[in-house]
Amino acid sequence: MTINEIQDELIAEFSMLTDWVDKYEYLIQLGKELPPIDPQYKTDDHLIKGCQSKVWLHAELKEDGKIYFTADSDAIISKGLVSLVIRILSGHTPEEIAKADLYCIDRIGLKEHLSPTRSNGLVSMIKQMKLYAVAFQSQLKHA
Amino acid sequence: MNTLSTISAFTYQHKQIADYFPALQQKVYGQPLIYFDNAATTQKPQSVIDAIARYYSTINSNVHRGVHYLSQLATEASEETRRRVARFINARHTHEIIFTRGTTESINLVAYSYSKAFLKPGDNVVISAMEHHSNIVPWQIACEDHGATLRVIPMNERGELLLDELDHLLDEHTRMLAITWISNSLGTVNPVREIIEKAHQLNIPVLIDAAQAAPHIPIDVQAIDCDFLAFSGHKMYGPTGIGVLYGKEQWLDRMPPYQGGGEMIKSVRFEKTEYNDLPFKFEAGTPHIEGTVCLQAALDFLESLPLADAYAYEQQLLEYATRQVSQVPGLRIIGQAAEKASILSFIIADTHPYDVGVLLDKMGIAVRTGHHCTQPVMDFFGIPGTVRVSLAVYNTPAEIDRLTTSLDKALSMLK
Repeated sequence: MTINEIQDELIAEFSMLTDWVDKYEYLIQLGKELPPIDPQYKTDDHLIKGCQSKVWLHAELKEDGKIYFTADSDAIISKGLVSLVIRILSGHTPEEIAKADLYCIDRIGLKEHLSPTRSNGLVSMIKQMKLYAVAFQSQLKHA
Repeated sequence: MNTLSTISAFTYQHKQIADYFPALQQKVYGQPLIYFDNAATTQKPQSVIDAIARYYSTINSNVHRGVHYLSQLATEASEETRRRVARFINARHTHEIIFTRGTTESINLVAYSYSKAFLKPGDNVVISAMEHHSNIVPWQIACEDHGATLRVIPMNERGELLLDELDHLLDEHTRMLAITWISNSLGTVNPVREIIEKAHQLNIPVLIDAAQAAPHIPIDVQAIDCDFLAFSGHKMYGPTGIGVLYGKEQWLDRMPPYQGGGEMIKSVRFEKTEYNDLPFKFEAGTPHIEGTVCLQAALDFLESLPLADAYAYEQQLLEYATRQVSQVPGLRIIGQAAEKASILSFIIADTHPYDVGVLLDKMGIAVRTGHHCTQPVMDFFGIPGTVRVSLAVYNTPAEIDRLTTSLDKALSMLK
């Protein structure tokens, strides 16, 4: 699936959740389902800045030319948010990730988390993933 | 599990006091707003909001320099606030009241100017383990600039300072003791009178961070005999961007200016500038005139409660809130000092404060989560942060009940 197909799928899933309790319970569920990160990447230099909770993010460019993200957080809602973004962006090429427009966040009713002043750092998570993508992109160019 | 409270909401001129606060009449996410972030900033009563509109509709002009009518009215209104503040904290002299942007600037002013005059290599400054970053970092900078060291009064697991330690922390090289009256993250009320007396036995001046005290406790600077005292208007129902530094004349007179500019000078030549007298020596540039003038409305409000009655009510509310939230499974209160003001910090087992805060927000309850600008306090307790409920006079027992049921709901979602 393309990034946008995944986004449309998420919009459809969240559209069935009418009130905020269901949405947040689903987000928490996504957090619980996030595959564990390799403990060696749970270090301070993998922390995403700008989050009130700790969010660790690791990116790996595999031989198929696609980036695979793993993450963890000490707060379950942050973990749900990072899980959501990983579902959208992980397994795509650096170029696709770098130019992705994450329109679904607004549409699934999590808009309040997109404010740059919000301390959960959803914006920082997306920014960090795109930074990895750009870094891998230039790495590929110069390889 | 909730036993209904026997406390009734604070009334003011026969109405519930919350009725005087327009911002409290809102709904957020479709639910009536409960505002429990008062230690960060309080909401404003209609009288303060009206005063701001009235200021700009009538006397708005620059102060002190103008010969014209409006400038004289604005100057008079600003200086009336200075007299009101002096009375509010019982300062000996009106010129001991310096207007600043807030507590942070007040402390920075002292840390810069006082240290420039008095801090020498080998000296030390003493603070406490429960200080807000704004009463740590300015002193770290001053110590670094002048070759002095920073010493810290430790605390116990209840969040009470170990004051016996003062006996060996304070010595002949101590140039300043800077300490908070009420901890913003723990709620601890420190025995400032006793602490100041101890410091004064060694002729050490004391700065009191009264940011959390001013909205709750009647202040008498002559009775506690502090040398400096700092607080902010916006935490005491007043405008943002206006704060106060009280300093004893004997110290302020011997301190160099903090910033240079207009207003703080008597005469300027390229060779030499002569500084103005107190308090203007420390007030460079056009001040926050609207904030200064409208701070009066906040003082009127506090004095008419009166403050002592509000404090008694807040103490009852704190006791009720403590009892109620203690029944939430796994909840641990951080800060259990014998003397506490209306700040309730807690963590809940197997949850992150951030998760609890986000879910409470969705239920219309504004709390603060995180380290509350007191990272050393969080490190001491070995926690990432707390959920902080800080109460004001307009909060009610019914709101506490909604907090506990909302906490139960949040926990059931997080499990």
